[in-house]
Amino acid sequence: MSFFNWEWVARNWASVLERAWEHVFLTGVAVGVGTVIAMGLSLLAVRRRRWYAPITSATNILYTIPSLALFAFLVPFTGLSTLTSEIGLVSYTLLIIVRNTVAGIDGVSAGVREAADGMGFTTRSRFWKAEFPLALPVIMAGIRIAAVTTVGLVTITAILGQGGLGFFILAGLRSFFWTQIIVGTVGSVLLAVVIDVGLLRVEKLLTPWSRSGTA
Amino acid sequence: MTDRPLLEELRLFLGDPETWWGPGSIPLRLAEHLLLSAVALIIAAALVIPPALWAAHRRRGIAAASAVVNVGRAVPTFGILVIVVVWLGLGPWPALVALVALSGPPMFTNTVAGVLAVDPAILESARGMGMTGGRVLMEVELPLALPVIAEGVRIAMSQVIATATLAALAAGGGLGRFIVDGFAKRDQGELLMGAVLVAVLAVAAEKAFTRGQRRITPAGVPSGDSR
Repeated sequence: MSFFNWEWVARNWASVLERAWEHVFLTGVAVGVGTVIAMGLSLLAVRRRRWYAPITSATNILYTIPSLALFAFLVPFTGLSTLTSEIGLVSYTLLIIVRNTVAGIDGVSAGVREAADGMGFTTRSRFWKAEFPLALPVIMAGIRIAAVTTVGLVTITAILGQGGLGFFILAGLRSFFWTQIIVGTVGSVLLAVVIDVGLLRVEKLLTPWSRSGTA
Repeated sequence: MTDRPLLEELRLFLGDPETWWGPGSIPLRLAEHLLLSAVALIIAAALVIPPALWAAHRRRGIAAASAVVNVGRAVPTFGILVIVVVWLGLGPWPALVALVALSGPPMFTNTVAGVLAVDPAILESARGMGMTGGRVLMEVELPLALPVIAEGVRIAMSQVIATATLAALAAGGGLGRFIVDGFAKRDQGELLMGAVLVAVLAVAAEKAFTRGQRRITPAGVPSGDSR
């Protein structure tokens, strides 16, 4: 009995790739939708300060609801569907992205704001041309953390009949077959690393002026 | 069993004396949940914080360690849980190992960040006063970094309390039992109660922790509570 069966991997390569693609898809949709919603919430929090506390507490409560419970609770309403998975996955990205976005925009120095005002920028153009681009590295750091976290959470959606590479973890648990568990776990880590590096690339492209990028 | 309205199921679950007393009751599951979370956090802190302090103090091996920790963040908790189940069998151990692995990265990152953020001028004056490296670490860097370290522990704590639910998948105890059993029995009342209890516990623990955080913050240092 061997610990890792390469032959199994070779024989099932097509289904490994298919599940990896499903994993990327579930993560991409969750982080994409999560980013759009979080951006809206952050803009609201930045422009109307009194909204900041309620927005962070609400997203914090969403974050503390156990994923298992959220998925299990949604099943009677939305079924064993991608929608069920995505509702859960999106809700866990919000807190991380909102926090970083607001912190990033707040972190823009008062001097920059004054200079923009002095150059005659309107509030809107000051935001889009000065504050937002300068906050971008911090915002992207939040999106990267959210993406890596989501890759891990996607494995749990195996319970809903999806799971990307998590499918193999669950299948391996049922058959006590090490190879599947390792393919699922290690594959998921590799995906997370690839996605993280990819997002770092995007960040560098979007902020060509900050070559020393801090993560 | 499945078609009762949610409120009715909730009422039945809450009205059942077994919900409140005896094996599998809310107080017992709550205690199990807290014990599992606390033990995991203590083990993780003991394993991670001292080496992180040392690495940051010596400014050595930080890049390599951070790379390892960032990959560690990406390891799915569900995968670790299953690996330990297949390795050691069912029980509390799979969840404990998974939760320790989950809480390591935020503690490491914040400990290193906290120590590195100490003002170099303060370090210089500490050395100028004749402090040895060990005393600089224990009497200057550690207290000044403590709020940031505590913030790392807080982040780990809320993740651990929410994720300790997974213990029930490996036949461990804790509030996750209500979620897993409720799902299996199609009892939405029990399931909802389990979810609410975990969320309330996580938020309450966070509030209590934040209060403690303010107390350990040295005078003149901004609190690590960044919100």
